[in-house]
Amino acid sequence: MSAVQPLRRGLHLVASRSVATSGPLAANASVQLFARQQRTSSRLPAVGRSLAPRPWGAPALSQQGAVRHYASPSTPLRKTQLYDLHVAHGGKMVPFGGFSMPLQYSDLSHVESHMWTREKASVFDVSHMVQHQLSGPGAMDLLMKVTPSSLDKLKENTSTLSCLLEDGTGGIVDDCVITRRSGDTFYFVTNAGRRDEDLAFLEAEISAYKATHGPDSLKWEILEDRGLIALQGPQAASVLQAVAVDTDLSTLYFGNCREIHLTLPGGEQTAEPLLVSRTGYTGEDGFEISIPTAKDASLPQKVTELLLADPAKVRLAGLAARDSLRLEAGMCLYGSDISTSQTPPGASLGWVVGKDRRDPAAKPFNGAASIRPQLASPAKTLSQRRVGFTVEKGPPAREGAFLVDLNDESRTPIGVITSGLPSPSLGGTNIAMGYVKNGMHKKGTEVGVVVRNKVRKAVVTAMPWVESKFYRPKA
Amino acid sequence: MAAVARCLRPFASRALSQQLPLAGVRRVSPAAGFPRGSIRSFSQSPLSQLKKYTESHEWIDLAADGTAKIGVTEYAAQSLGDVVYVELPSADLEVAAGEPVGAVESVKSASDVLSPVSGTVLQGNAALEDKAKLINESPEGDAWIAEIKVNDPAELDALMDEAAYKESISGEDH
Repeated sequence: MSAVQPLRRGLHLVASRSVATSGPLAANASVQLFARQQRTSSRLPAVGRSLAPRPWGAPALSQQGAVRHYASPSTPLRKTQLYDLHVAHGGKMVPFGGFSMPLQYSDLSHVESHMWTREKASVFDVSHMVQHQLSGPGAMDLLMKVTPSSLDKLKENTSTLSCLLEDGTGGIVDDCVITRRSGDTFYFVTNAGRRDEDLAFLEAEISAYKATHGPDSLKWEILEDRGLIALQGPQAASVLQAVAVDTDLSTLYFGNCREIHLTLPGGEQTAEPLLVSRTGYTGEDGFEISIPTAKDASLPQKVTELLLADPAKVRLAGLAARDSLRLEAGMCLYGSDISTSQTPPGASLGWVVGKDRRDPAAKPFNGAASIRPQLASPAKTLSQRRVGFTVEKGPPAREGAFLVDLNDESRTPIGVITSGLPSPSLGGTNIAMGYVKNGMHKKGTEVGVVVRNKVRKAVVTAMPWVESKFYRPKA
Repeated sequence: MAAVARCLRPFASRALSQQLPLAGVRRVSPAAGFPRGSIRSFSQSPLSQLKKYTESHEWIDLAADGTAKIGVTEYAAQSLGDVVYVELPSADLEVAAGEPVGAVESVKSASDVLSPVSGTVLQGNAALEDKAKLINESPEGDAWIAEIKVNDPAELDALMDEAAYKESISGEDH
């Protein structure tokens, strides 16, 4: 019963979910049926094995875009620089975003790992994500066309959550974090599961820009050789400070970044500085650390092992904990909670649109013509809202479950859950995120959610469920 | 061959139940009122003939009177991780082979439990209502999920025996 062996049945749930989310309303009645068909077909071994090699754990983590990619069994899974380290620590490796990534490790269960992150600190390998650098005289212009962020107001070495937007529709191509490294140099990180779409999108936008402004207007690099890890949890800062002797992390606030050398066990400094950003995807204080490998190919392992030196404080955590942590923190997962079908305001992410970019007279960005009216009068323009739900005791409401009006016996869908699970931090209380029709989105509104054909009561709840503990300057 | 297997099954079933630590609990079912006798001599009977497994990681254990308990395997329980909720079937539910007879939910995912054979549900395991975690502790013992009256014991012949099941999961490594 090796922990490394995932449960094949999960494949079918995954398949049913990815279908359910690709056409929420159409899939309404068929969710259960489809799951059953999938399961039934699994009885033929050949079918079971030829399905996308996604074990049970991957689904809610799925960046749906990724499903399509690695649905093709011919695409071999990639490995991050930390693959061997994961395996050595008993990582249960699963396909995710085209990579073989750890779902969890043998030392802690999913729930234990989740709580460990909330109480101590965890290291996550996020090297599968795509790191980019865009520089040149046109870099700001280009990024302010493809995102709605006020990047011109962004100070050096600070970052912002943003969205890449489709031209015309303003649909979210991907969410990303953009850091201004210097005047016209930007570092940004996009999702692994959207790699192909993002690269095609950026390639087209950048080519068009260069066609007008000249080949030297932009320099776009994909930083393939860099590792990326996240150190998250209340003890993250003290653990990192202990090995970052030349810098004072108490002045590195949420949303800031700094190049830092760490001191390795032998006393020597890391061969190159690491780009340390105070940010994360758990709601805890913590850091994302971009690690170059040009001068030392083993630097990602060395840094990870350095941070793991005291197992009483820091453990490795995988995708399973990452997903439950981010949901408790009310954060979106691309492919589950957001997609090209939503604009930022349509996904209740209107705040990513810079204040000065909302004015119809301001310089446009992709989709501005649809997005600006949505921000100005949401009640008139948005048919549904993304909100949180707390679901009554019993089975969790998960991705693909339909929302109904409790007074409507016909169970006409009024929305759909896009992420949901029993919250480890809240003792198993069922929490969920999803879209509900405009008017039913106010905090405290009671709705029904259909789980395996039974209607369960859910209440619209403010997110996050677990208060974020970002390290900000004291007011 | 199948007929022989069927004849052996009742005896082997009891032999198995005596070998398992939780035999007492399993015996509580009124349906399993098969008299205990000098069964020990049958303890050499191949277990594979009464406890069978599915590719979707359920087990089914057939008793002498045509009732059977259904649950998820050790392997499944381990893969699921912390089980937080078990959906039990209601009595009298008629299930076909491959149809859900319950569901098991961990923090991470939900999985249907498919009935390995057709039959009618006698009861769900009420012990799981308050303690879903039992699935992690004793998946092939106390934490059976459904007890059903099997329509045709011959349906079990198509399922995997323990050796075949173990073989099938040994290849599932990613």
